[in-house]
Amino acid sequence: MLSSDQSIIPNVSPAIEILSADKTYSNGTRALEPVDLKIQPGEFVTLLGPSGCGKSTLLKMIAGLLAPTDGRILIWSKPIDRVESSGHKLAFVFQEATLMPWSRVRANVCLPLDLHGDAKDEAEKRVNDSLELVGLSKFADAYPRELSGGMQMRVSIARALVTQPDLLLMDEPFGALDEITRNKLDSDLLDLWEKKKLTVVFVTHSIYEAVYLSTRVIVMAARPGRVVDQVNIDEPYPRGHDFRVSSQFARYAKTLQDSLLRAAAMGAPAHSASDVSTGSASDEPTNEAAQ
Amino acid sequence: MKHQKWLLPLIVAVFAIALWKGLVVALDIKPFLLPGPDLVVQTLIKDWGLLGSALFNTLRITFFAFLAAVVLGSLIAFAFVQSKWIETAFFPYAVLLQVTPIVAIAPLIIIWVKNPTVSLVICATIVALFPMISNTTLGLRSVNPGLASYFKMNRASRWQTLVRLRIPSAAPYFFGGLRISSGLALIGAVVAEFVAGTGGTGVGLAYQILQSGYQLNIPRMFAALLLITVAGVLLFVLMNWLSKLALGHWHESEVKHEE
Repeated sequence: MLSSDQSIIPNVSPAIEILSADKTYSNGTRALEPVDLKIQPGEFVTLLGPSGCGKSTLLKMIAGLLAPTDGRILIWSKPIDRVESSGHKLAFVFQEATLMPWSRVRANVCLPLDLHGDAKDEAEKRVNDSLELVGLSKFADAYPRELSGGMQMRVSIARALVTQPDLLLMDEPFGALDEITRNKLDSDLLDLWEKKKLTVVFVTHSIYEAVYLSTRVIVMAARPGRVVDQVNIDEPYPRGHDFRVSSQFARYAKTLQDSLLRAAAMGAPAHSASDVSTGSASDEPTNEAAQ
Repeated sequence: MKHQKWLLPLIVAVFAIALWKGLVVALDIKPFLLPGPDLVVQTLIKDWGLLGSALFNTLRITFFAFLAAVVLGSLIAFAFVQSKWIETAFFPYAVLLQVTPIVAIAPLIIIWVKNPTVSLVICATIVALFPMISNTTLGLRSVNPGLASYFKMNRASRWQTLVRLRIPSAAPYFFGGLRISSGLALIGAVVAEFVAGTGGTGVGLAYQILQSGYQLNIPRMFAALLLITVAGVLLFVLMNWLSKLALGHWHESEVKHEE
């Protein structure tokens, strides 16, 4: 169904369709201007932007954790609460590992299968496979507190993969990690994406992470949150460590940086000037309350 | 390092007892004012028939009161977290339990409830109940919001969320409640016995203390006091052990850290 070279096939129905979805919180904060976006199966799309740009809000709306104020979001042509009938699965990875501290790694990874009521022996096999994928087979019987931050995040990813999803939504999953660990997890994530033919939507505020990972970067801006630009990263996979220090990499990074700077300098579109005047009064935007 | 935990308090105890005995001998204090530690232990052995059964009766009241407090306290806490309305409506009355001195309402309960054992258990339960309610409620509310979203996203049922998320999250608070509540159940039992002050069968340690006071049998009073103290300490140790058993492998409060 998916092509092996991750290229976009035009006549396949998109994995995600965002049709003019926007979000205004009940306190009146405009978190996100209407967004139109299609994501094809097999894409690795990154939502890039400063805090307050609504990137996490958009991801949570795709996951069904937040309802759009207006507009629609379809996952494999189905509304979020009927995704299962499409035969596809999605999994969400949070900013923090959000593991159960009272359970061993194995039980944590098994949680979604337990909640779904899957058979024990089949579940155990999938847990083992999943831990193998993230390289944590040896730590199956450890408690989360015995693991480093990076390893906890791997457990969280294993928990997402155990349901065998085709769509992985990741909300700044490596933001709290040091750069070396983050680079390692980024390249491991790309391996998984290729091996499992996943569709990934990844939220980050790191330009470098966006360039390294993505087939396409959606650039967003704050006050009010909106999509300002899209940049395709036309680089072949697998992307090695050399890519991180190559001149193409630097060019893509500059394109994204210029785009972000331009959006920040331009300010908000004229029709929401009232939002801007209230929004820019405070230093920290309040419209990422959902985080 | 490992032995210091019990060695240091033991040294303090040995010194305190030696000082006590030394003062009694040096100042020639009469046993009806302050008996020496050796006399207290002798009396304890001599009067064991009397004191032992009194201890058993007090512990029985304590046990049932503690059990009732744990069961009722947890049930009330579950009711509180089911809806904010229930909590708002009833929490002030839970506080009422906490702020009303038991000695003030014990006579009323003893008049209302004919069975003396039951009336004592009710008094002691009232004393021990509030920490269980407030701790367990706090615990059931202390769920990691990320995990709560995760459960919601995986369409976990109310029951799954309760058993797999809320109850384990509440466990450290619940065990904290047990520690406070077990001691209060003992105190409540002794105070209620004082107020009831009844004789006959099934008398507890408080009655023995009252009687010893009337008869100026101060060594027996000390022996009874010693039993209450030891019972209280043992209860605390037992609760600590239970807590360690349940949380030792994961919760920061019980996990051994390198020093």
